Amino acid sequence: MILDLVPLMPELLVAAAALALLMLGVFRKADTSREATVLAGLAMGGALAVLVGVEGARQTAFGGMFILDGFAGFSKALILVASAMTVSMSLDYLKRENIARFEYPVLVLFATLGMMMMVSANDFLSLYLGLEMQSLSLYVLAAYHRDSARATEAGLKYFVLGALASGMLLYGASLIYGFAGTTSFDSLAKVLGGSGHPNLGVVAGLVFVMAGLAFKVSAVPFHMWTPDVYEGAPTPVTAFFAVAPKIAALSLLTRVLIGPFGELAHQWQQVVVFISLASMAVGSFAAIGQTNIKRLMAYSSIGHVGFALVGLAAGSDLGVQGVLIYVAIYLFMNVGAFGVILAMRQKGRAVEGIADLAGLAKTNPSMAFVMAVLMFSMAGIPPLAGFWGKFYVFMAAVKADLWTLAIVGMLTSVVSAFYYLRIVKVMYFDDAVEALDHPTNPPIRLVMAVSALVVLLFTFLPGPLLIGAKAAAQSLFAAG
Amino acid sequence: MMYVAAVFLPLLGSIAAGLFGRFIGDRGAQVVTTLLLGVSAALAVPIFTSVALEGHSVIVPVLHWIRSGSLDVSWALKFDTLTAVMMIVVTWVSFMVHVYSVGYMAHDRSIPRFMSYLSLFTFAMLMLVTSDNLVQLFFGWEGVGVASYLLIGFWYERPSACAAAIKAFVVNRVGDFGFALGIFGIFFLFDSVSFDTIFAAAPAKANTIVHFFGIDWNAITIVALLLFVGAMGKSAQIGLHTWLPDAMEGPTPVSALIHAATMVTAGVFMVARMSPLFELSNTALMVVTLVGAATAFFAATIGCVQNDIKRIIAYSTCSQLGYMFFGIGVSAYPAAIFHLFTHAFFKALLFLGAGSVIHAMSDEQDIRRMGGIWRHVKVTWALMWIGSLALAGIPFFAGYYSKDSILEAAFASHTLVGHFAFAMGIAAAFLTAFYSWRLLILVFHGKPRADERVMAHIHESPAIMIVPLMVLAAGAVFAGWLGRDMFVGHEEAGFWRSSIEVLPSHPAMEGMHHVPEWVSMAPLVVAGSGIALAYLMYVFAPSLPGWLAGSMRRVHLFLLNKWYFDELYDWLFVRPAFRLGRGLWQGGDGALIDGVGPDGVAAATRVIAQRVARLQSGYLYHYAFAMLIGVAAFISWYVFNAR
Repeated sequence: MILDLVPLMPELLVAAAALALLMLGVFRKADTSREATVLAGLAMGGALAVLVGVEGARQTAFGGMFILDGFAGFSKALILVASAMTVSMSLDYLKRENIARFEYPVLVLFATLGMMMMVSANDFLSLYLGLEMQSLSLYVLAAYHRDSARATEAGLKYFVLGALASGMLLYGASLIYGFAGTTSFDSLAKVLGGSGHPNLGVVAGLVFVMAGLAFKVSAVPFHMWTPDVYEGAPTPVTAFFAVAPKIAALSLLTRVLIGPFGELAHQWQQVVVFISLASMAVGSFAAIGQTNIKRLMAYSSIGHVGFALVGLAAGSDLGVQGVLIYVAIYLFMNVGAFGVILAMRQKGRAVEGIADLAGLAKTNPSMAFVMAVLMFSMAGIPPLAGFWGKFYVFMAAVKADLWTLAIVGMLTSVVSAFYYLRIVKVMYFDDAVEALDHPTNPPIRLVMAVSALVVLLFTFLPGPLLIGAKAAAQSLFAAG
Repeated sequence: MMYVAAVFLPLLGSIAAGLFGRFIGDRGAQVVTTLLLGVSAALAVPIFTSVALEGHSVIVPVLHWIRSGSLDVSWALKFDTLTAVMMIVVTWVSFMVHVYSVGYMAHDRSIPRFMSYLSLFTFAMLMLVTSDNLVQLFFGWEGVGVASYLLIGFWYERPSACAAAIKAFVVNRVGDFGFALGIFGIFFLFDSVSFDTIFAAAPAKANTIVHFFGIDWNAITIVALLLFVGAMGKSAQIGLHTWLPDAMEGPTPVSALIHAATMVTAGVFMVARMSPLFELSNTALMVVTLVGAATAFFAATIGCVQNDIKRIIAYSTCSQLGYMFFGIGVSAYPAAIFHLFTHAFFKALLFLGAGSVIHAMSDEQDIRRMGGIWRHVKVTWALMWIGSLALAGIPFFAGYYSKDSILEAAFASHTLVGHFAFAMGIAAAFLTAFYSWRLLILVFHGKPRADERVMAHIHESPAIMIVPLMVLAAGAVFAGWLGRDMFVGHEEAGFWRSSIEVLPSHPAMEGMHHVPEWVSMAPLVVAGSGIALAYLMYVFAPSLPGWLAGSMRRVHLFLLNKWYFDELYDWLFVRPAFRLGRGLWQGGDGALIDGVGPDGVAAATRVIAQRVARLQSGYLYHYAFAMLIGVAAFISWYVFNAR
């Protein structure tokens, strides 16, 4: 029994920390938001260390419902890094907005726990548990600024639509159970692998499951909550939303499609190709007219999900490797960009218009440089990391003969370059109406520096990430 | 060594003045270029003695240039009599012009640039005359074209100078295109571009037929005509002459050097150089004769009514080049080159003298605002008289010998075109004398028509400008008398040797010594009457020109507007080219490529962006509806695809 819990050690640590912080916050009268944030960050770091310790060969727990393999380990590491970075940036902002409470880091910890469960799910039941744990935490986080009408609206919208998506997912899972007779991924793989022609009921169930998960990654046409929630939620929450849950949901989608439904690749590939194309197109075109940078980042993330799905559509280990590389690079680009957005203040007041960045190159050259590097990288301009992310997914697509995807992907990345470069243009060529304050918060500056460095240096040191992603992708296929 | 130095010293001077003009200064640039050219001119004399007089033709290899397949072009200097004559002309006139420019351009702001261009031109011209193959000749040919372009547009602040430079370049390009085609044709026929190989193989190919556009053509004729198109462009023959009068926008020393004495005669030189080829095609020679004769007459008629002192001389140059070409056309190559030789001296003298007049008249060029200045500029006046006497062909001056021999040769050719050329030449000689004396009388004699300020300022040019004029005047007086025997007299065969080839079936050179007495006298008589008419119209009956112009308004306008060649070309080529360009720019590039391409795509992107953004209504039920529709669509897709 003890041995059974070893793969769960990182999750157990996060859960224990979350509960302990909750107790700490409830029983201490003073404001404990600072301590709670620091401890939450430490807990995540600890969980990462434990994860590295326990990770290795494929291990299962809870009677096969929970799995820890190379793929799960890689995704969890990314999730923990993303959560830790975003939570460390949040405190300063929340304090300035007078909404700093200890619940924030606790909710983030619970959400992170849910995500870790998601990527380790090996059964539809554990999948649903992890997903809901994450989602419920995120609903609360979205409405965290409860005095703000915008934030409340965002939280409500997210909750209602999320509930709908969860319902679809559950319905799909029940259909699959009804037609295949099992919810275990391992058994599903065996059952579906044998049959020649796939049962329509199973396919319908799979479509519902995919719809539910596509909602979580905000892929078109299940994306419509994204801009409103991103804009309405407090910026640190948006930063968190934009990275960790995306990674978790993409990893989960990948595991579900490649693992139990690997034999149905020809069926789900059509859906993935479509939502990938639609996401890239909407992400590129809709962002052009935006004036709010958070809204712009929402469309940007939709577009990036579309690019990542290109790798998944290929359905090969090369494609999965591409997805993992893409999300890893996406993590650093987005965290860095949100670091800059969090630092956007005029005379102490937070601003989020693109025009407010005007003249940043003169008033704060280093911040402008970081933002410029990240924007060029997002546009996919070599030799920055964003180029390689696109390179690997498109290469996988071309190897899988998905020429349409590759070509449309190239074209939409050209369109998206327009709004990324516009930000650079605004920063470097427009005159500032009012200068932005200099960011004083060390964590934000550290995050900005780290992400810019990662993006800049990836070309020269791609080894660790490539090898890690390759091993993770192969672990998924070896199991199936 | 001497041979290489003579050719490359001007290049050295050009580089020194052009690239290091800032360091050596105005004076340094003048001294370096003039000195190096002086050395080159001095070397040309022993070269002439050794090559032309003693008969030691040489080929000096310099380096291998291009080797590709059967094309083997080396860089070599060929010195035979023809080259030696040209070298004397080029280096000495150029040297005189360099010296003259020191005085004439004294107040200019970019003296090193000017001297550098002059030397660069001289180098290219020497390259042209010393080449031993067609590609190297083409290099020099284009080199002089570039230098001419740079020098015509030397005062680049003037729009008219820039326009003239471009015109010269473009019109020459038409000729050069023909020349290049001719070179391709020769390579196609002979598999070589080297003169010696071509000339050795030419007689064997005399009757080669090429099939082109469904018609059989004589290959040699085609090649010769194409080469002649190139010569027409460079030597401003009728049709491609329009650039030469405009080229007078350049500084006057340039007009003297490039557009009178040397570059414009490159066409004559080239055709003479290719004489073994032209001799094989009677058709080509006939065309050369007709074009030359027509140019000689046509340019002379225009020269009679022009009012710009430099333009009159420019048309005169055009006309004299016509003489040279019909000389060639009747196979009197030596007579043509002889005229080239003497013409270089007296025409350079006339141009530099005109420059001296312009200099004295505070940059006035219109002869209607001159007159009566001979007392103030006596030396220039005397020199201009010498130049005009030589040009008109008055006995014992240089032009007398050379022009007479061309006219006699034309008569002696005993062909129809030869006699046509003779008639045209006689008419042109009459007009030449007329416009020369019209110019002399209007500029130097009669009452002053310039305003007092200009008259008060008139002064003789400094010695540095006058001395070169005197050297050239000596040439204008003695060159004909001294050169007669060698060039066209009984020493002719021993002088030219193999550098010029004439078939026995073209006996004009021999026949010119046996023409009737009246043929020899005719040029002199018409020249005298031309002079007399000029005196009548501008001294004794000054109202006559105005009355004539009024009573024959159409003819006068026709001549004044240069036979409407510029207007015709403007209407025929320039405007359609502009229209085509504007159409392609606005319609093709602007509307079609930009409109459908970048602009169209960008506009479409903007529209799509607005539509997509409008979908984002903010209503919860819209979003939920979109999700449900999406799922329903996917399920339907599978349901209908499953069967």
